[in-house]
Amino acid sequence: MLTLNHFLLASGLLFSIGLAGVLLRRNIIVIFMCLEMMLSAANLSLVAFARFNLTEAGMPDYNAQVLVFFIITVAAAEVAVGLAIIVALFKARETVHVNDLTSMKF
Amino acid sequence: MTLAFYIAAAVMLLAGIGVVVNRNPVSAAFCLVVSFIGLAALFISLNAYFIGIIQILVYAGAVMVLFLFIIMLLDIKAETKRKINYYSAGGAFALVALFVAQITAVLDVFETGKKEMPELAGDKGSDVAAVGELLFTDFIFHLQIVGVLLLVATVGVIVLSKRDAPPDPAPDQ
Repeated sequence: MLTLNHFLLASGLLFSIGLAGVLLRRNIIVIFMCLEMMLSAANLSLVAFARFNLTEAGMPDYNAQVLVFFIITVAAAEVAVGLAIIVALFKARETVHVNDLTSMKF
Repeated sequence: MTLAFYIAAAVMLLAGIGVVVNRNPVSAAFCLVVSFIGLAALFISLNAYFIGIIQILVYAGAVMVLFLFIIMLLDIKAETKRKINYYSAGGAFALVALFVAQITAVLDVFETGKKEMPELAGDKGSDVAAVGELLFTDFIFHLQIVGVLLLVATVGVIVLSKRDAPPDPAPDQ
């Protein structure tokens, strides 16, 4: 039987996979993709909480779905700006490998 | 219902692992598309049809096309095999294992999460109308702010990716 914990565990595992990708990979575009995965994992737990916490009318809490809608919109804007920064970075440095980008390293 | 959850979650998580282990960024991007489709299936199994469709349209559609476009524009080859830094890789695995252990420990004692999925009382397919009504009544101000945000992002992207303008030619005498 499906409980809220099933969905929260799936969400947490997806977040962990994204975190592992951000920490392990060295290609900045793949790091960015893993960041998107972590954002989506947070969305999954929001929707799951909304579905399991019914309002008095017996319907899901749609405020959470509105919040997910805003998160997806902001994530789309963030992807556009981030990829533009990556393109500008590639023009300046000819690399997308984070090990080669050390000019701000302490 | 339970079987559908396990299939969708397995597709989502395995494709997510595929993103991390694929050396070729194009394969990683396609794995991410599959992962997002699994996630959309989970949204739909939670009766959030609108969010599920938006997930496929915006993430699996627009965002991933943008990623693939940039990968092809920059002509990125698969990463050559570099020497793995075992300290940083070990640290990453330790951090992720710690995080998973923390999640399982918290969920183990989270009593609210152990009740089963309640039945919906009303119309199951009315979530687009409900979300739309909320967006244009309670959250109308936030909706307009998001509109401004998208405009600012568009302008920002154009400014960032613009070539440096050549110096103005001398005006004719």
